Amino acid sequence: MKTIFFALFLLFTGWSTSSFATLADYHFESEERSEEFRELTEELRCMVCQNQSLAGSDAELAQDLRREVYNMIKQGQTKDDVIEFMVSRYGDFVLYEPPLKPSTYPLWFGPFFILAIGGLLLGRTLMKKKRSREVELTDADQEKLAKLLNTSENQDS
Amino acid sequence: MKPYLRFIAPLAIFAIIVGFLYKGLSMDPRALPSVLIGKPAPEFSLEELQRPGEFFTKEDLLGKVTLLNVWATWCVSCRAEHPNLVALSRSKDVVINGLIWKDDPVAARTYLKQLGDPYTSNGLDFDGRSAIDLGVYGAPETFIIDKKGVIRHKIAGPLSPEIINNEILPLIKKLREES
Repeated sequence: MKTIFFALFLLFTGWSTSSFATLADYHFESEERSEEFRELTEELRCMVCQNQSLAGSDAELAQDLRREVYNMIKQGQTKDDVIEFMVSRYGDFVLYEPPLKPSTYPLWFGPFFILAIGGLLLGRTLMKKKRSREVELTDADQEKLAKLLNTSENQDS
Repeated sequence: MKPYLRFIAPLAIFAIIVGFLYKGLSMDPRALPSVLIGKPAPEFSLEELQRPGEFFTKEDLLGKVTLLNVWATWCVSCRAEHPNLVALSRSKDVVINGLIWKDDPVAARTYLKQLGDPYTSNGLDFDGRSAIDLGVYGAPETFIIDKKGVIRHKIAGPLSPEIINNEILPLIKKLREES
């Protein structure tokens, strides 16, 4: 049991230190710039590994792009400048969060659309159930019901 | 809900999901559309591999239809496509230029001596900066560039004889007829 915990400990600590080590190579004069760099490398995708951010990847291209982001921030360019630089070369795919535009509407609104359909169906089914329970009784029915209840009461006593 | 609908609706939803999944099987997640298509090739100035002291620049692309092949000796797929590039260069249909991505010039010269040199010019992109401008995310990648220096098509991955015959040659023919 102890060894398992130790292995898990190694796994998690080893994992996080390796991703920090790559970013720690870059130094900034202010905390804000450094924060900007960290945010950008988390938001930009490593195009080679596809499911890793620039911050988390050790691929050659990711290293090159990190250096590029670093240089741009050092030169005083804003976050938007860096994002525009990346998108103009690699397309929207480089962004982990796709921008809102007609071609990405299904991506953004699709889940809500499906949720709405589900809600509609649920509502309809519930309404139907409720309606079927509330049956209006005619006078004849009431009489019959009273009679039945009476007879059962008589039998019980 | 009508009884037959109760049966058909889930089946239809299932069929739609299967349809999407089936399409997903045959799609290549690495084949990303290039945003650079229809845009002028970025400016670059790279040391020429075979002619020391000379530079391969964007001006070398103008006035003719060219292929720009991004390659490196460390790239295995580049080796696989190399004979196809050599064959294409023999046909003299198109000028093939190379961009050597983060590689050693000595290794590159040896590679070309051994396997044949299909390239008219080869630029050495030591730090990978020009590759970034071209939106390159893997090697090999091949750009087809028209006479005005505008990128018209990009192929990510090794060129096969099928791709050359069905995609590249017809496009080159079309681009040559443009003024």
